[in-house]
Order: sequence, then structure tokens, then C-alpha cells
Amino acid sequence: MTARAPNRLSAFNAVSLALGLAFLYLPIVILVIYSFNASRLVTVWGGWSLRWYTEFFHDRAMLDAAWMSFRVAAVSATLATLLGTLAAVALSRAERFKGRTLFSAMLYAPLVMPEVITGLSLLLLFVAVNAERGFWTVTIAHTTLTMCFVAVVVQSRLASLDRSLEEAAMDLGCNPARAFLAVTLPLIGPAIAAGWMLAFTLSLDDLVIASFTTGPGSATLPIRIYSEVRLGVKPEINAICTLVIGLIAVVIIVASLASKLTSARGESAAPL
Amino acid sequence: MSAPRTFTRPARIAAIAPYLWMALFFLVPFGFVLKISLSQTAIAQPPYLPVFDLTQGLAAIKAAAAGLSLDNFKLLISDNLYVLSYLRSLVVAMVSTSILLLIGYPIAYGMARLPKRWQGIAMMLVIIPFWTSFLIRIYAWINILQHDGLLNKVLLALHLVAAPVVWLSTDSAMYLGIVYSYLPFMILPLYATLAKMDPALLEAASDLGASPRQAFWLVTFPLSLPGVAAGVLLCFIPIVGEFVIPDLLAGSNSMMIGQTLWLEFFTNKDWPVASAVAVVLLVLLVGPLVFYDRLQRRQLEAAR
Repeated sequence: MTARAPNRLSAFNAVSLALGLAFLYLPIVILVIYSFNASRLVTVWGGWSLRWYTEFFHDRAMLDAAWMSFRVAAVSATLATLLGTLAAVALSRAERFKGRTLFSAMLYAPLVMPEVITGLSLLLLFVAVNAERGFWTVTIAHTTLTMCFVAVVVQSRLASLDRSLEEAAMDLGCNPARAFLAVTLPLIGPAIAAGWMLAFTLSLDDLVIASFTTGPGSATLPIRIYSEVRLGVKPEINAICTLVIGLIAVVIIVASLASKLTSARGESAAPL
Repeated sequence: MSAPRTFTRPARIAAIAPYLWMALFFLVPFGFVLKISLSQTAIAQPPYLPVFDLTQGLAAIKAAAAGLSLDNFKLLISDNLYVLSYLRSLVVAMVSTSILLLIGYPIAYGMARLPKRWQGIAMMLVIIPFWTSFLIRIYAWINILQHDGLLNKVLLALHLVAAPVVWLSTDSAMYLGIVYSYLPFMILPLYATLAKMDPALLEAASDLGASPRQAFWLVTFPLSLPGVAAGVLLCFIPIVGEFVIPDLLAGSNSMMIGQTLWLEFFTNKDWPVASAVAVVLLVLLVGPLVFYDRLQRRQLEAAR
């Protein structure tokens, strides 16, 4: 018999967890609060106000950038979800095929590859084929990055799936395609939705790859924010950041509702 | 049972589109980086000049081959600026990965010991900041760390300092930003291995007379090593090439290699040198990347 249950949450565990979460959230909370600050001086509290939000909605260049980012994120997330899901199916259901090792390496490497390398190499490709840089080049670049994240999310769900369901469907006379559409797809649906949303937010967030692959006159929102931030803190930026956080919060709520439908076993090897 | 076999063929067909996409947009571009890193600076100097003219066929390739030179790489070795940048990047990545491990491990450990139904919530809470924009989170810190920012106000009010401290444009600010941004990448793989551990092992250790401390170092920690390796690689590799955080939070007197690459490309418009910087960076990271790839694949095979 043990004197003390070894698996209980100790005070040290609880404190480190609480401090860790406070560290993660405090800066964001402060940013959001200061976006409602009436004062032009970012650090002096001048009462609650929405003036920086109105300022943003009159800032033509910023609005254009936001619209561009939104379109890129929507299109690239959709493409990435299609390709990433196909890749996940291939990796988890085909044990061996020609170049499988290279295939999985190509899907994992972009997850950690420094963005300056991915961005530069894609730009050199686009220049070599004389592609006009703008919406489509950024979209292709973001698709390339985010489809790998989708593949990992969907693959970890596929790996945890009971394969006897697919086998049963095929024993009952479904061809593989039909078995996939009728059995597998509904089961991995929530993971696919979560993958789409992850891809969407990653695209909305990206500065480095977009900077390399975009052309003149088609700046994305992070590019605009970055050039403003380099000049110092501006209350309008706080307001824009709060709006982006709000949008992402909505996306997360939808995603978590979706993932509630998947079993908790889905979170295995994936770092997401 | 032959049923699973029949699923293999459509799964192979599913690989075609993503395979081609990644080959075209991930693998092939590295060829261009290599090619341009070997070309003379003058050739690619105007940013829009097409570098390859495939319409001229073999003659063009021969001409291109004749134009190759190692000058850019010689420059990287001979100019201290680049060597120092690489060294600084490696040091920054090592130091911040160590800090991340020291902070991330207790948090992941705390999460794994929560009651089961709270674990999901705690994991969600760790993931959410990862979903919020990287740039916005760094910007949030600029708000706090600036000269008349919240941190200095709090320190002054508590009489901990007599005058505002300069936080921005220092290495401490940069380390803070890196640790803050990468913390979820460290916590999640650690948590994944710690949560999977069988609690009976710790009970057995304590039944056999181990103190909680001994049980941790003899049982828990060795078993969590795959998670440690995954977390370390997930942080270390991208931090080496990090651009945004050092650019916005660190001082301008010494640069990380990501900043050097950015400067060569956007400010100096010297594409061949920027490409050479990228090639060397990639070579430095090949070891960790291969290790990471192996680890990832082994985990997925185990999950199967």
C-alpha cells in the first residue's frame, strides 16, 4: 500500500499549470483591453471607446489587405483540405507504394522547415516560370504549407479508426470507393473540418511566406500589420488584432464543436 | 482476409495528386535555390529577370552550367557577418529550446495529472494560442515591454526599479518572445507521451520503495524521452530560421540567419547570396530534420 497516491495532482503541478496558462493568455488579454482604449497614447488609459475600430473601417489600404488575406485563406484552406485528406488516406491506408518514404518526408518537413527557406524557394520557382505574383502565388504557397498540417490532423484520426468497419462494408459488397464514402468519410469528417479551420487560420497568420511570394499591390493583412508594427505601437493595430482574434475565436469554437464529435483517441502523434 | 488489401489500390491512387503537388511546390523549388546560389550575383540582380530560359533547350542548360560558381559560398565563409549569424542562430535556438523544455515539462506534467475530463480542456487551452496569429502575439508583447508599457509601470509601482528599464530591442525580449510563441509546440508532444503512461508503473515504483523524486527520474522521465525529442525538434528546427521574433524584439546589432537572409533578399536584392544562405541553413538542419522525420513516422506506425 502506498502512503500517498503517486498520481495525484500535487501543488507543484497545479501551480506550474496555472502559471503556464497565465503566461500564455495574459498578453492577449491586455492587447484586447487596450484596443478599447480611448487614448491615443497606447499606454495611458483614457476610458472605453470604439474609435480605433472606426479608424480601421476607414483605412482603405488595411481593409484591402484584410480582404486579400481572407480570400487567400479561404481558397488555400479548401485546396489544402482536399490534398491533405488525400495524402492522409494514402499514408494510412496504403502500407507501401513507390516513394512512400519521400512522400511522408515531403509532408512532415514543411511543418518544421524555417519559413524563410520555404518562402524563398517558392518565389524562385514562380520567377523561373514567369508567374505573375499576387493572389494565386500566395494561395499556392499557403496551400503547400497548410496541406501538411491537414494531412497530420486527418491521418491521426484515420490511424485511430477501427478498420474493421471498412472491411465489413467491403465484405457486404461495397467497392472500396463506396466503402470510403459511406463509412470512412463520415467518421473522419470532423477531423477534416478541423483541418480546414487550422489551414484557414495558419494562412491568415502567415507573414514570411506571403512576403516572399506576393507581388506589388497585393499585400496581405500580416504584411500590412508588420510594416505598421515596425514603426511602433499604434492603437489601430490593437483593434485590428482584436478583430482577427475574434474571428479566430469563432473558428475555434466551431472547430471544437466539430472535434467533440470525434473520439478523444484521435489526439495521438499529432502535435495539434 | 483480403478486404484490407483491396483498399490499398484506391489509397495509392489518392497519393497521386498530393504527391505531385508537394514534388512541384516543395521539392523542385529547392533545385532553383541551389541553382541560383551557384550563379553570379549580377545575373539575377534585377529581381524580375527570368533565371532559366528553357525554350532555348540544351544550349541554355550548357550555358547555365558554365556560369556556375562557388563565389557566394566563398563569401559566406570569408565574411564574418554570415558565420556569426549562423552561430548566433544555433546558440539562440539551443538556449531557447532548453528554456522551453524546463518550462514546458512541468506544465505538460501537470496536465497529464489532471482528472481525465479536465485534460481535454487543458489541452484546448494550450492549443488556442497556437491558433491565434504569431505576429499578433509578438505585437502583444511589444505593447507590454515598451518604454512606458505595462511591465515598467508595474515594476515602478512596486518600487522594484527606480527608472523604466529598456526591455525592447534586447536579447531578453527576444528569448521571451520565442519561449512564448513556441511553448505549445513543446507542451503538446510532452503531454502526449506523459498522458499515455501507465499509472501502475509509478505505483509499482513506490511500492518498491522509490521516493516520488526517484520514481520520476527512474521511471517517468526515461519513458517520456520520445516526447522530449519530439518537442525539442519541433522547437529547435524552426527557431534556427526564425525571422519575425528577433526582427521585432531583439536589438539590431547582431542578427540571426533568418534576418540575414531576409536582408540580403529584400533590402540588398542579392538573390544569389540569399539562396546560398538558405542552402547552408538547410544543410545545417538536415540532421535534425531526418531525425524528426524518423520520429514522426515511428509514432504514426505505433499509433496504427
